[in-house]
Amino acid sequence: MNDLDYIFAVARIRVREKSLLKDSDIAQMITMPSAEAVMEHLRAQGWGEGLGEVYTPEALLSSEEAKTLALMQELRLDPEFLLILSYPQLFHNLKAGVKETVTEEPHPGAFFPLEDFGREKILKILKEKTYDQLPEALRELAPKAFELMLKTRDGQAVDMLVDRETLSAMEKAGSASSNPLFKNYLQSTVAYSDIKIAVRCRKMKKSRAFIENALAPSSLIDTKELARAASESEDEFYTFLRRAGYEEGVEALKTSASAFERWCDNRLIASLRPERTHSESVGPVLAFYLARMNEIKTARIILTGKANGFSEEAIRERVREMYV
Amino acid sequence: MSTGMVLALIGAALATILAGIGSSYGVRVGGQAAAGVVAEDPDQFAKVLILQLLPGTQGIYGLLVTFITLSRIGVLGGTPITDTKTGLMYMIACLPIAIVGLVSAIYQGKTSVASIGVVAKKPDQFGKAMLFPAMVETYAILALLISILSVTNL
Repeated sequence: MNDLDYIFAVARIRVREKSLLKDSDIAQMITMPSAEAVMEHLRAQGWGEGLGEVYTPEALLSSEEAKTLALMQELRLDPEFLLILSYPQLFHNLKAGVKETVTEEPHPGAFFPLEDFGREKILKILKEKTYDQLPEALRELAPKAFELMLKTRDGQAVDMLVDRETLSAMEKAGSASSNPLFKNYLQSTVAYSDIKIAVRCRKMKKSRAFIENALAPSSLIDTKELARAASESEDEFYTFLRRAGYEEGVEALKTSASAFERWCDNRLIASLRPERTHSESVGPVLAFYLARMNEIKTARIILTGKANGFSEEAIRERVREMYV
Repeated sequence: MSTGMVLALIGAALATILAGIGSSYGVRVGGQAAAGVVAEDPDQFAKVLILQLLPGTQGIYGLLVTFITLSRIGVLGGTPITDTKTGLMYMIACLPIAIVGLVSAIYQGKTSVASIGVVAKKPDQFGKAMLFPAMVETYAILALLISILSVTNL
């Protein structure tokens, strides 16, 4: 589809944007006394229509994800976009599938309920070694991860391999994309993920070689330098991040790891906002999809926080800014 | 048929063809956006229809200039043109609405799409939203005036 073909889709998205949650809705939800009250608020906003009696938090959030995906398919968003955006869940399912196949210990809860590559399909492919049925980005990785798990029985090593390959695939897709919004979103996601990995490795006092091996190539951040800085003092690490343009991120990191994750997501959402004024490209449709996923993620954070008795302050620290 | 007559007919045809191409593009993109809004909110039909139709006027202006020209060069009335110079002058007189009609209808279509986006999000802002594409119309009207004044005074 060329840009002009998205005019109809963007006009539909403009109407739908009115129903997106605003920062004020999120602030209101945080102050609610229980997860049930949050669920009722979301129901009043039109969430969970058609769910009937099965009105649980997970059913509600899954139905909203499925509704958004169905809308994107209805608007004829290029399936390649959706496939690439589902890489984190897709690669995660491969990871879970490899572990379950080798250890023969069933963990159905470890899989994302993806329509095309859910638990059953992934396990079947791994058992029958029919890797060609997987999306192209996973075809070479699947036997490699399987062999690694078979030889070492080290789930962490498989995690590291697959996580790095997830980010590499996103970086590759971002570099190959001609859509500036999509390119920036993918490349920024990879850069932020690399920083998060470096932060975790620092905490576990991993060696420079280990960190270098864990980081995925990024076109926005020098990963060799990131690994070097992460293996040195805290000051050196923060200085490197400031020099690389992540000054505000450093301040968030000083607060907590979750504050940094929140900062990364907020930056990604901020980069989507210019799409609110575009009318003749795929950008607003993509931005709406990502904004919906962001609000579902935020609703999940609030519902989980409320269900586990987190304080309002603790939840507030984790919730993301909204698109509208 | 004289060379002058051919040139005058080319000018008359261009007024309808170019302005019509611009209008069809503008109405097309406006229609796509309007259909998107109506798919989600059918109550906005009347408002988005008006915005869709705005870029359609250039085609009408082109048609008007063509009619006036044809009625003066001996096709629908008037005196047949016998010299090249007069024919060339008729052709040049038709060009303002032909060219400005084409370009302004395309731009007006794009502005209409943006305004339909405003109505989609804030239906109560229809009055303001309509002004933006209406501004583009100004230049089509100026071109129409020049074409009519030129054709009728040759």
